[in-house]
Order: sequence, then structure tokens, then C-alpha cells
Amino acid sequence: MDKVLRSAEEAVALIPDGATVMCGGFGLCGLPENLIKALHDRGTRDLTIISNNPGVDDFGVGMLVRKKQVKKIYASYVGENKEFERQAIAGEIEYTLVPQGTLAERIRAAGAGIGGFFTPTGYGTIVAEGKETRVIDGRNYVLELPLHADFALIKAYKADTRGNLTYRKTARNFNPVMATAAKVTLAEVEEIVEPGKLDPDAIVTPGVYVAHILKGAHYDKRIERRTVRQLQAV
Amino acid sequence: MDKRERIVRRIARELHDGDYVNLGIGMPTMVANHVPPGIDITLHSENGMLGVGPYPLESEIDPDLVNAGKEIVTELPGTSYFSSADSFAMVRGGHIDMTVLGALEVDEDGNLANWTVPGKMMKGMGGAMDLVAGAKRVIIAMEHTTKDGGHKILKQCALPLTGTKVVHMIVTELAVIDVTPKGLVLREIASDTTVDAVKKATGATLLVNGEPGRF
Repeated sequence: MDKVLRSAEEAVALIPDGATVMCGGFGLCGLPENLIKALHDRGTRDLTIISNNPGVDDFGVGMLVRKKQVKKIYASYVGENKEFERQAIAGEIEYTLVPQGTLAERIRAAGAGIGGFFTPTGYGTIVAEGKETRVIDGRNYVLELPLHADFALIKAYKADTRGNLTYRKTARNFNPVMATAAKVTLAEVEEIVEPGKLDPDAIVTPGVYVAHILKGAHYDKRIERRTVRQLQAV
Repeated sequence: MDKRERIVRRIARELHDGDYVNLGIGMPTMVANHVPPGIDITLHSENGMLGVGPYPLESEIDPDLVNAGKEIVTELPGTSYFSSADSFAMVRGGHIDMTVLGALEVDEDGNLANWTVPGKMMKGMGGAMDLVAGAKRVIIAMEHTTKDGGHKILKQCALPLTGTKVVHMIVTELAVIDVTPKGLVLREIASDTTVDAVKKATGATLLVNGEPGRF
């Protein structure tokens, strides 16, 4: 049971036009950048993208937006991408804004076989419009439904050949939950090791969720806000 | 003192030892620079981290380590990492003691609008709707009026809401206001203003019980 593919190109060849695709990452951190670039280069069209952000103009999901490969997007925050904003205002791209916690939980629900859940988030706002609400123990809740995908593109730190994954720092974000919610999860990593080389207690995503893994050919790991401090003289 | 500096310094005095605190993007993040001596808090970042440290030195930069504003940060002894799903379970589940957020409008019922101006600003709510629904205490850090002097504290918000009846306290460069079931109570005013001036800058009824404190 070897899940290793040779390249991101081989992985994205599995994705047809019109597919619903989750992309891990928070901003540009923990982004499956090799898979997204390969999907961009292949030119797959009419995609529905589920991702916390649409990337920036020229990196991450933004590359797919700019090349007009995206028909619809689900995201919680879209403030860093001018081309996305232009397409949205011009009606060239459909979008649904989902509160970040609701987005994560809808994806979790899909992966965990939950048919829906009542959350306090968004009650009394436009997010709740048209949705069932309920009072439970005196508190108002909104019914939210699971969010499934055909493919999940995720970024992990290390994988073993059985698809067990570990993450590094805040590059974890949406990746583990998205890995559970798609029919086919494609994971790119920085290093692939033999089974037994990862501490079983440190595995965050067990291989059962992962169809294929590949080693990313190159990582830019672009930084959005380069906030540094100077060493203070004491 | 700079308006924003005055606001975040006052909010820092609301912190309690042992608090788990989420600071919003922009001005709220500056609260971390003024934690009083003897108070030990843990900062939550909704992208999946507890125990956010200061910005790194040039030599410490790690692109895998960012806060919710996508700024690179550092970890501290005792830091933990978790997924976005766990992070928001923590938020909705009432495990975060306090969140500090900015606002476009706040009203007498504690309703908050801070994520969109239809036709003008399209950014999305990010984690704000979850934070106001779940954090035990919601404090608003904002300038008292708009740049043109327009009211931001109103009888009723006009912009699309982030949450209903969610705000506990509003701190501006002019005043500290508690949101109570009876309405907005003026608790403190800045050392260089008057109750009348604060009332004039406010588009809602301010209840005053005796002489407000100064800050």
C-alpha cells in the first residue's frame, strides 16, 4: 500500500473540470503551493474552491482566480486579493462568505458523518438568513450543514508512505480537517519517510484519510507580513 | 498620547492573571504591549495557536509561524498548536476569557458591526462572528467617532451585524462604556474631556451614575 506519487502534476491530473476542491492554508501559511501551482499550470476549469482565503493576486488560490479557473469560492476572509474583489464585483465569480469557525466545523462535520449542527455563530446576522434556527437552553442557534468536496489539496510537514501526516506550527490550520472531508485527499509534504519513522503519538492525520502523497518540489513559503523586531540594547 | 495608545493601555487594565485572550487584527493586537506587571496571560490566535510570542528577530523568522493577522510571530515556552476546527471549538465552547476587536458601529443593545460596508468594503468576517458568539467577554477597541466626526456608537447599528447583544465594553480615546441590560453606562472618561463632550460624540443614550472615573 504505497500512496506515493511522483509529482504534483501527476496528482492534479486526477482532478476533472467542474470539481469541488478544498485547499488548506491560512493566508499563505501551510499552503499546498505545489499542488495549486500544478492545478494552475494544467488549466483545470470551472472549479468550486473551499478555502479560508482566496490567496493573494499572484500566489496560492489567487493564481487559480487570476486565470479564471474558479467558478465559485467559499471563504471566510477575502481582503488580500484585488483581482478576486474585481471579479466578485463584476459578477464574474460566485462567492459565499462563511464565518471561519463555521467553515472549519462544516468541513469537520462532512468528514465525521454529521448531518448538520446548531451553532451560535452568526445568529441574527445575514449569515443566518434562510436557515433554520432553534433555541436550546435559552440560547439562539443556527443550523449549518456539512461541506463536502471531491478533492482536498493539503500541506503537511512529513508523511510516511502509508499516508500518516504530521504538521509544523501554524502551518497546520485547515489542513487536517480538510483531509477528512473529501472523496480524494492529495497531500503534499516536505519529507516522505518509511513507516515507523514517525512517532505514532505525533501523527495528526492518520493515513486512512489520505489517498495520495507527494513530496513538494519547491517551497516558496511566502510571508505576507514580515514583522520583525530589533534586538534591544540592554 | 496617541489615541490608539491610550485605548489599548486602558484595555490592558481589564486583563486578569491566567486569562486566555484573543486579540483582533490591528489596534487590538497592541494590547499585548501593555500587559500589567504580575499579570500572566496566554494569547490565542484563531489560526491554531495558544501562547503567541513577540515578533521574531530577523534571524528567527519562520514562515510556518504566523498569527491571525498573517504576521510572523514566535512561540513561547508552553505554546501549543492545533487545527482550525479545534481552535474554533475552543472559541465557541466558551474557553476564551476575553476578545478585543475593532468596530465600525456598536449600539445600545451591544450589537456589533465590524466586517463589511456594502458596496465599499468586502473583506469577510474571518473569525469575528465566532469570537463574539463564544468569548466570555467582548471588548471593543475603537476611535470614538469616524474620521469626519460621525457617530460610531449608535442607538441601532445600520451596517450588517457581526453579532447581536454580544459586546460587554467599549473603550475609545474618550470613554470607557459598559453595555448593560439597561443600556450604555458611562464608566470613565479621558482625563482631558468632559461628560458633555463625550455625550456629544455619541449617537446613543449614555447613562451616567454619579461622576465617572478618569483614565
